[in-house]
Amino acid sequence: MSALPNRHPIGDEFLLDYASGTAPEPIALAVAAHVALNPESREALSCLEAAGGALLNGLAPAAIDDASLDHVLARLDTQEPTLRPSRARVADSPLPPALRAYVPNGIDALPWRRRAGGLAEAELPCGDGRRYKVSLLRIGAGKPIPRHGHSGEELLLVLQGGFADEHGHYVRGDVCFADAAVEHRPLADSDGDCLCLAVTEGPIRLKGLLGFLLRPFLRR
Amino acid sequence: MLRLVTVADAPLDRRMPPDFTGRPTPERAAEEHVRALQAIALHGDRQAFARLFRFFAPRVRAYLMRLGSDDAAAEDLMQDVMLTVWRRAPTYDPALAGVSTWVFTIARNRRIDALRRVRQPPLDVDEPALVPAAPPLPDSAVAALQWEAKIATAIATLPPEQAQMLKLAYFDDRSHSDIAETLKLPLGTVKSRLRLAIGRLRSVFQPEESP
Repeated sequence: MSALPNRHPIGDEFLLDYASGTAPEPIALAVAAHVALNPESREALSCLEAAGGALLNGLAPAAIDDASLDHVLARLDTQEPTLRPSRARVADSPLPPALRAYVPNGIDALPWRRRAGGLAEAELPCGDGRRYKVSLLRIGAGKPIPRHGHSGEELLLVLQGGFADEHGHYVRGDVCFADAAVEHRPLADSDGDCLCLAVTEGPIRLKGLLGFLLRPFLRR
Repeated sequence: MLRLVTVADAPLDRRMPPDFTGRPTPERAAEEHVRALQAIALHGDRQAFARLFRFFAPRVRAYLMRLGSDDAAAEDLMQDVMLTVWRRAPTYDPALAGVSTWVFTIARNRRIDALRRVRQPPLDVDEPALVPAAPPLPDSAVAALQWEAKIATAIATLPPEQAQMLKLAYFDDRSHSDIAETLKLPLGTVKSRLRLAIGRLRSVFQPEESP
């Protein structure tokens, strides 16, 4: 029953922010998508949500008006407005459920834009769009994302295929975290395209001549 | 071994030591909450709902006010949360979470929906695409209830500075750097205290021995 070797889980601090409800939407999306694919992280999140439950129990109860319960009782039989998206069409999608609401018509219908040689990017509307950019990246088999540094945090969640950088090898469900201290050059595995969810804080800084040439295209 | 069905069915005195004070122990209260949710799910039991309401409504309201809701907003949102508890009772799975945890996640999500107007991307646990965890232990329904108690104990025995950090993280809706600024602590200290606290909580979940 031992865990798979070399898994790359998301950092505990992101799980805490999700559990406590303080994560901005792009981070919450990355966490929800990741834990769907990683049972250990899901269990860690359950643990932190249980902490929320325990802290809720421990709060000094606030005063409640007697009429409060009656108001709610009177509303019990009203119908809940439901906005559940249909799942049938995307049953075989590589996207975890949390992501599907952001990709309602499937991956191929997204506005993909070619970047460097084997890289394509489709931006997803998520959050207020000011602090984070959220996108799907498709890296061609055996192709790199150009070497880049970061002005803020970057989370790459592998949804399909895999890639390797200087720090490890990442497969479906793994999270590659980078911040301002990290420079890396992810290289997709040669056996197929790699699909990733990218959540990027602030502009990324591309290195080298290729990066210089690409910069106008990667700007937000 | 206690299974989910027996949580509701077995006579109380077989599972719990007698409580001579007449006051429910936290463990017994937790089991009562499970039974109440099951009664709501099975036959729309309004009295069971009223019991849950009396316990959780004041705490949910306190939670919302801690996070900065004013009186009227906290009342509206609390009613909304309790209504959601009623409607979603059939989806509650005692093998996955204690009732307090479940109510907490509803309150958290409704608050985000209402106040921030952003979505909390949900983790849909019924989703077949989830990569399955190891098969649950036979008594996991009981285990989920015990987690809550164990987590509560773990929080109560955290070093004060870690417990403080954890409460700020859950109840103050501030980023780690805001917390650091308020407490006049380096950001690294805030993060490392939180990391230590999380480690302690996670260790509660670790199996006693690894195969």
